[in-house]
Amino acid sequence: MFERLYHMLVKEFIQVLRNPRMRAVLFVMPVAQIIIIGYAVNTDVRHVPMAVYDLDRTPATRDLIARFEGSGCFDVVRRITSEPGIQKVLDSGEAKAVLRLNRGFAEALSGGGTAQAQFLLDGSDSNTASVALTYAARISGDFNRSLLEQRFARSAGVRLDAEPVTLATRAWFNANLDSRNYFVPGVLAMLVAVLSIILSSMSIVREREVGTMEQIMVTPIGRLEFILGKTIPFAVIGFADVALIALITVFWFKVPMLGFPPVLFLGTGLYLLSTLGVGLFISTVSSTQQQAMMTAFFFMLPAFMLSGFVYPIANMPKVVQLLTYLNPLRYYLVIIRGVFLKGLGLEVLWPQMLALTALGTLMLLLAAGRFRKTMG
Amino acid sequence: MNAAPGRFAVTLRDLERRFGDFVAVNRISLDVRQGEIFGFLGPNGAGKSTTIRMLCGLLEPSGGQGTVAGLDIRTQREEIKRSIGYMSQKFSLYDDLTVEENIDFFSGIYRVSKEKKAERKTWVLDMAHLQEHRRTLTGLLPGGWKQRLSLGCALLHEPRVLFLDEPTSGVDPLSRRSFWDLIYQLAGEGVTVFVTTHYMEEAEYCDRLGLIYRGELVALGTPGEMKGGLMTDQVLRVSCDRSHEALGVAATVDGVRDAALFGRDIHLMTEDAEALAPRLRQALEAAGFQVGAVERITPSLEDVFVSLIEARDRADGAQKEFKA
Repeated sequence: MFERLYHMLVKEFIQVLRNPRMRAVLFVMPVAQIIIIGYAVNTDVRHVPMAVYDLDRTPATRDLIARFEGSGCFDVVRRITSEPGIQKVLDSGEAKAVLRLNRGFAEALSGGGTAQAQFLLDGSDSNTASVALTYAARISGDFNRSLLEQRFARSAGVRLDAEPVTLATRAWFNANLDSRNYFVPGVLAMLVAVLSIILSSMSIVREREVGTMEQIMVTPIGRLEFILGKTIPFAVIGFADVALIALITVFWFKVPMLGFPPVLFLGTGLYLLSTLGVGLFISTVSSTQQQAMMTAFFFMLPAFMLSGFVYPIANMPKVVQLLTYLNPLRYYLVIIRGVFLKGLGLEVLWPQMLALTALGTLMLLLAAGRFRKTMG
Repeated sequence: MNAAPGRFAVTLRDLERRFGDFVAVNRISLDVRQGEIFGFLGPNGAGKSTTIRMLCGLLEPSGGQGTVAGLDIRTQREEIKRSIGYMSQKFSLYDDLTVEENIDFFSGIYRVSKEKKAERKTWVLDMAHLQEHRRTLTGLLPGGWKQRLSLGCALLHEPRVLFLDEPTSGVDPLSRRSFWDLIYQLAGEGVTVFVTTHYMEEAEYCDRLGLIYRGELVALGTPGEMKGGLMTDQVLRVSCDRSHEALGVAATVDGVRDAALFGRDIHLMTEDAEALAPRLRQALEAAGFQVGAVERITPSLEDVFVSLIEARDRADGAQKEFKA
């Protein structure tokens, strides 16, 4: 058993590592991708370009505009001077929001009445729009409070400084609510999935295509020896890549690593079990490499969408949520984010580990069962 | 099984393989003695490779029985794989491994013992004349060299039965010749060689031949027997000018079963060569051809096979024509 397995492994490692293009795919590409994608995955809304249509031009309007600018959330990119200008900047995308202040704004305020301000938003990007709206509401709320304080002080001679209720917020695990900390570990999980699934899905079918499979099948090699020989090298390479990408995540992107790295490595091992299992299964059912590649892509796209990488699983319809239980990526994302950001250990993550073990074993057995040493 | 497996390397009884409705191998029975070079001949698609794959445990038979090296081809497939060598028409070693790495891989998979490994490796490298190229990537070797290496890798574990599926297709004549020298050497050492081919001159090298056509075993015997007894037709050789055009005329002469070009000559199959010869000369000269020699010849193996296959086609009738 071990002698044959040993020779399978030697052969597989030579084949994988001898080809310079393959080496680049295995070790350069993931590094380049984590760096590029790491900068791109960021859903933080800052510096929303904004235009201002100020018809009043009074200290009061200037104060409000200054508050928008000073918040860091908005950048005033243009001052509009005519009505059609509003349409123009929103259409062209030059600004995502327009603040319109009508004539009589300051007058209404000084008279103790209510002044109207219009805030127009480009809602096509609903996520950015809703975040921007929250910022705008907070800015106008602050503006109101300071106005009220002034009025009280003026009319009653009393300084009003205490609010009835104050909400003291503090975000745990990701104190600055930095979305990159949340997404970069997810990118790691995705890169490992792409690499391991594509490589393993090509591995058996390649031998079938070039004809070496026939020669292998007339030898006394066992099914398990062959399947393990195909799995272990990619698992080792997968580990190496995770280590490499994790180092970049921690030292380049400064994503905190609060947990115990061996927990992450255990999770990675179990995760690779299922991704390689899926890949090998695809390889055993495909008759050409092209077919295997297509099938792998058809698996990966829904696997990413339904993993909780971007779209929260809790927001999905019940049926779709049930489907996600079959997705190894779902469990690994919980593990990897838990270890990186929350410092979680096995006492919390064991259900995910268990699920990955079950999925991985099932997929590998399925692949081994599908693999026959006969043709036709 | 009525044949004693000890004396025979391969025994087949009514071996059958169907793919859906298509019968690829139709109830074939034959025995191959130990140390024999058995040639399995037939046109493409006749069922040669299907048969050999069943013998090597690559394909399950749909019916019938068989043994290879005394082991049952239905129930002892993995045991068979330990005691046979197999080499197919398609080069099937790893192009991206060096010569030496391929040898090491296969001797590892066949579990050649530690003491023997080095010796077998040297044997393969010497046999294939690849000593200086041991560190060359296998993919860079010319066809004939690859073929020898393939054979060497199939022989690392010293199998008692060797299966060769069109081993010399796509190899130049010189390499083919030296390849056959190796086969003789192996047979001399007691290895049974079961080889498929469609090269007639290769068929002549075999101890015994089986002709398979449309999945059926049409003839079985030594090359001598085939040329002597098996053919009911006689062969008439005609040399004349513009033989290509003359072929059409000759084919229509009464008493001619079949006519084919052999180089510049025409070979005619007939029941009675003596009677046909004068009539043929007359017909051709009347059509304006210059006729040289017209003589009865000993049929070549190719004549025999063409004649046997034609006879089978006539027997089957024309309705099956498309099915080959």
